[in-house]
Amino acid sequence: MTMFEGILLTIVTAATPLLFVAIGELVSERAGVLNLGVEGMMAVGAVCGFAIAHLSGSPILGIFAAILGGMIMASLFAVVTLIFVANQVASGLALTLFGLGLSALIGDAFVGIPGIGLPKIDIPGLSDIPVIGSLVFGLDPLTYLAVAITIAVSWFLFRTRGGLILRSVGDNHVSAHALGYGVVRVRFMAVLFGGACAGLGGAYLSLVYTPQWTQNMTAGRGWIALALVVFASWLPYRVMIGAVLFGGISILQLHAQGFNVPIPSQFLTMLPYLTTVIVLVLISRNRTLLRINTPACLGQPFVPDR
Amino acid sequence: MKRLMIAASAAVALAIASGPAGAQDKLKACFVYVGPHNDGGWSEGHETGRLMVDEKLGDKVETSYVENVPEGPDAERAIERLARSGCGIIFTTSFGFMDPTLKVAEKFPDVKFEHATGFKTADNVTTYNARFYEGRYIIGEIAAKMSKTGVAGYIVSFPIPEVIMGINAFMLGAQSVNPDFKVKIVWINSWFDPGKEGDAAKALFDQGADIIVQHTDSPAPLQIAQERGLHGFGQAHDMYDFAPKAQYTAIVDNWGPYYVRRIQDVLDGTWKSEASWDGLKEGTVLMSDYTNLPDDVAAEAEATEAAIIAGEFHPFTGPIFKQDGTEVIGEGEVLDDGALLGMNYYIKGIDGEIPQ
Repeated sequence: MTMFEGILLTIVTAATPLLFVAIGELVSERAGVLNLGVEGMMAVGAVCGFAIAHLSGSPILGIFAAILGGMIMASLFAVVTLIFVANQVASGLALTLFGLGLSALIGDAFVGIPGIGLPKIDIPGLSDIPVIGSLVFGLDPLTYLAVAITIAVSWFLFRTRGGLILRSVGDNHVSAHALGYGVVRVRFMAVLFGGACAGLGGAYLSLVYTPQWTQNMTAGRGWIALALVVFASWLPYRVMIGAVLFGGISILQLHAQGFNVPIPSQFLTMLPYLTTVIVLVLISRNRTLLRINTPACLGQPFVPDR
Repeated sequence: MKRLMIAASAAVALAIASGPAGAQDKLKACFVYVGPHNDGGWSEGHETGRLMVDEKLGDKVETSYVENVPEGPDAERAIERLARSGCGIIFTTSFGFMDPTLKVAEKFPDVKFEHATGFKTADNVTTYNARFYEGRYIIGEIAAKMSKTGVAGYIVSFPIPEVIMGINAFMLGAQSVNPDFKVKIVWINSWFDPGKEGDAAKALFDQGADIIVQHTDSPAPLQIAQERGLHGFGQAHDMYDFAPKAQYTAIVDNWGPYYVRRIQDVLDGTWKSEASWDGLKEGTVLMSDYTNLPDDVAAEAEATEAAIIAGEFHPFTGPIFKQDGTEVIGEGEVLDDGALLGMNYYIKGIDGEIPQ
């Protein structure tokens, strides 16, 4: 494996958890729900995945447990914000804090135990093609799943009737309601999907990235994913590009240090966050771009009149 | 009936009276941790030490701990509460507890305090640390013997003297075997971030290192080494279970013997304030089993370990030069503890600069 291939592979693995979480949040936000609890759902997904994989010996079961864990957390949020119409920002922040605490509690018995890694796919012949071989055919199965989900979400949102309904609920919930669509029901499902994806992102960390469980192992990736959704102006394929970009920055700064590039490491460490801020500023300067893709009802509570 | 009630109340009164009295016979030893007791790193090392106290002195000492205590003003409150609750000796196990420990110690002159890795003492405050650099010299020797590329990757947290001392000790060991040995250093600005530590290991391996060394606490770099069929060294704990094919050895924190000795001193009434800095000799630093190594390399590592324990060899023995070639100490001289604890320069042979 050449160094170039190595760097690309590492970037792809760094981008995968971000892509999972961001694509889930994108769907939720497209339906008009701002869920700031992604970091918490991710942590719960990570611990559920690790715990079940460890107890059952099967990483596949672990992945399902992570999806379930993320969905249970998301349903808590959905009940509070959609049915009891609580403030979404406050509830989301609470969900993050709750999730981080809960995951530490569940994970207490699983600290310091080596995890069961998910095996990589290795297709004889294809995986040996130089450069693209290991990059296209030699990844772990979850990375392919993340890409597949992104393609599916893009297709669903912009090519199907269901996607149109979901976007209409996010853009104008009063009209959608008047047309007879169940706003709360659609949003509930979108939030659940977001939870499932956040759970998957967490499982990727505890089962593939570094097969172990430790408290706070999500280390702020949920927040980066949240920024990514805005960065991508709520478009699925841009989320994919953004994830690779953010993953790339965090990996390249490590390489720069190894090559003694004379830039302070603290500066390089902060680069992904700085990029997010810059991109946010650039995007919000472009009014038309912002207006076309921003879900107009994002974060607004909806109470159906009876 | 009445008599029965009197008997019962007398029994209760007796129980109440004897309860605290029984407890007072035991010395209370209390520990303050900066992280969770099972963090798999620094705090767990101290927790293991506390459990050894329970095991060795359990009949005379009662131990307890407070975990997740943030460094700063909150720490003062936590330490003061312990002092009020009757602790006879309190161990504060993180650098950032230094000033809070001294403040509380002033208010409670009869309570003994021990602060880990600090540099301020008082009549009732001792500081203690461990000579981890001794282990780092040994792994430097092993790395230089086992590396095929002649390059090691080194993942580090923050540019403090303790960490720089470790890098220098590692390189002195490596240079004793291969004077041209190179080290690539990556700072991740965190003591514990498995994802980032793993990424750093991948980057260093991709750049040609075939051995990974870490001064961060998670086993992620070793897991990456195992995945790539390469090798590395465990940090703070024996990480063999995480990477049985990759770990050569680990530098293990073993505070237990120190805690047992100091608490025994309190029991004997011989406790004195001091600045303690124990190492391999006292068993505060341990090398875990040498694995995945050829017999001769393992034997030489054991020989170095034995020489350090016997006091025949000190890792920082001259001549030692700084990066720019200026001489720190000459042939045969040994750096004193003060110079080690304030170390802020790389030795010759390390490329790059220390982040400021």
